[in-house]
Amino acid sequence: MYRYDEVDRTLVAERVAEYRDQTARFLSGQLSEDEFKPLRLRNGLYVQRHAPMLRIAIPYGVLSAKQLRTLAHIARRYDRGYGHFTTRQNIQFNWIRLEDSPDILEELIAVEMHAIQTSGNVVRNITSDEFAGVAADELIDPRAFCEILRQWSSFHPEFTWLPRKFKIAINGAREDRAAVAFHDIGLHLMRAPNGALGFRVLVGGGMGRTPIIGAVIREFLPWRQYLTYIESILRVYNRHGRRDNLNKARIKILVRSLGIEEFARQVEEDFAPLADGPSTVTSAELHRVASYFAPPPYKKLDEHALDISDRAFARWVERSVKPHRVCGYRSVVLSLKPTGIAPGDATAEQMDLVADWAERYGFGEIRVSHEQNLILPDVRLDHLRTLWQEAKTAGLATPNVGLLTDIIACPGGDFCSLANAKSIPIAESIQRRFDDLDYLHDLGEININISGCMNSCGHHHVGHIGILGVDKDGDEWYQVSLGGADGSSAGTGRVAIGRIIGPSFKAEQMPDVIERLIDTFVSLREDGERFVDTVARVGPTPFKERVYREGSHAHERLEQAVA
Amino acid sequence: MTRAPVLTRDGSWTGDWPLVRDPAFVVNENEAVLLPLALYLTQSPSATHGVWLSPTDDPAALVPHLDALPLIAIDFPVFNDGRGYSTAAVLRSRYRYRGDLRAIGDVLIDQLFFLRRVGFTSFLLRADQDHLKAVAKLRTFSDAYQGAADDPLPAFRRHARPNARELAEQDE
Repeated sequence: MYRYDEVDRTLVAERVAEYRDQTARFLSGQLSEDEFKPLRLRNGLYVQRHAPMLRIAIPYGVLSAKQLRTLAHIARRYDRGYGHFTTRQNIQFNWIRLEDSPDILEELIAVEMHAIQTSGNVVRNITSDEFAGVAADELIDPRAFCEILRQWSSFHPEFTWLPRKFKIAINGAREDRAAVAFHDIGLHLMRAPNGALGFRVLVGGGMGRTPIIGAVIREFLPWRQYLTYIESILRVYNRHGRRDNLNKARIKILVRSLGIEEFARQVEEDFAPLADGPSTVTSAELHRVASYFAPPPYKKLDEHALDISDRAFARWVERSVKPHRVCGYRSVVLSLKPTGIAPGDATAEQMDLVADWAERYGFGEIRVSHEQNLILPDVRLDHLRTLWQEAKTAGLATPNVGLLTDIIACPGGDFCSLANAKSIPIAESIQRRFDDLDYLHDLGEININISGCMNSCGHHHVGHIGILGVDKDGDEWYQVSLGGADGSSAGTGRVAIGRIIGPSFKAEQMPDVIERLIDTFVSLREDGERFVDTVARVGPTPFKERVYREGSHAHERLEQAVA
Repeated sequence: MTRAPVLTRDGSWTGDWPLVRDPAFVVNENEAVLLPLALYLTQSPSATHGVWLSPTDDPAALVPHLDALPLIAIDFPVFNDGRGYSTAAVLRSRYRYRGDLRAIGDVLIDQLFFLRRVGFTSFLLRADQDHLKAVAKLRTFSDAYQGAADDPLPAFRRHARPNARELAEQDE
């Protein structure tokens, strides 16, 4: 994985010194709350319901064992012994003291980590495929491109005060596991018919209040020009994006109001004279950065059939073990979704154990997925059983990866001050209702995504079933949508925004609502098809009818009680 | 009018220019003032006057006058309105403006490094800002990853950065 050289070390250390000075000035009253806020945000520090929260970047989801141990240490020393992995390949600590935040960032320098631009109106952490470099369906390894872009976007002087946050994702595989279409800029690595390497560039996608699927702005962009082209996109956005209304400030609103053709014209006009300028990436630089992502020393192993006579092991293998490009190796997904634990949470002890396994059964590397699970990317076939047993003991082998109970959820109203409603208890109540593993496996892949507010950190728009917390006269209600898909194979590659099925529900109704949706699916399912495929085939009507017919009385009563 | 101290990119101090906001201002040919864009274009273009741009002003309008202009100021009505950074970048990189480029308005010391990088050469700080600290803030970072107006070369063109093998050898 990437290692810091003198340039990286200097810049990250100087950033921590800058932030330490700003924090000290704030604490001594020299810097106002309003002026300090954007400065702390761009260093990952939010002020939440109970305490400040620190969001640390895990660039494109790649972690070393040493880094994960440091996160465990931070959880113990500065937090309450656990951390929360997010949908954008970051980790959040929810119980941080503001006074400690510069020290935490200082500790991160030693393991080549940072919290730079994990929040604020800046270019955020670059996200990518959690199986980059090991996926069997990979066309081009995206990690070097992610790292070059991470560096370019870090402290970019022109773009430190954008109208709003800016998210970029890169995918290099056949399957899109990075939800590229839902980013401000989405990059698909590709080869042109003549073999030239480049990107298909999407712009203006996003979730939030106004979910939009990104539009293609360039069918093919030569890779050497990608920094320059992104600079031009950002410049047009920085100059012309709306700043009068926070809810209309994302680039998607600008792209939609100008139209993709006019937006593209303005970008190309800015780009044309700069196209071969000094930001052009050299082959030497690409090779240099790519050298850090060279394959580890794999052994020459044979494929062999696993003994899956043990039903529990077989189930886990089916859900958690993923194909690998190298013979005799697999990637293993460690589920952070056992029932009763907030989705994405891991304790310090679990982090230490995963770090140990990464070293013992792999090459010391861990990945973080946007589904909020951890991945060991290089596990030998003959180590799977031992790993499974150890993971089971540690509570990290719930065989539900990709299934209904592998719920994506934001921290919600339990922690987040932006939330309208809680997310975690909804996830838990659904997990409790669906506690029959055989049934879950029979249902196949279903993504349930829960967001506690319109900001959609829980990606509810692309959930096969999406749940959005809404506030009605001070009460927490939940709006349900159907048929969303993020572009991954769980939705057979489909990219779609879920459609709301009707009036919202109270928290205690949610397990029933989900059960009725699932019952409808089971009764209409053909040939073992997936939930999303059934929804796409029959449309939302039978689902709606079932949910609201059976629930109508309770629903009306509740509506009346509130009114 | 009092002349507030203006910080320059090399850390020295100079005096500011009187700023004209009144669109009905009567331009005196010999009085060095900063005019709003519309007034500058209709009444001035002379080497005596400077011009100041609001976040929505298009710097393209100044292209015919760039060689004559002794000073262009860009106004930041609020510190978190980042449009002025791109206006500066466009003036320097696309239009090759070489004169003094000044940040005025809600200019805070924590922004000096970034303003300097996009091509500003002088800074009229908000009145409450710490002048002693300001000079150091011009140099918050001693290096940069990406090119900008102050140095168009990105780090990978300025430094011989190590690849994985070379870095491992350095560590030994």
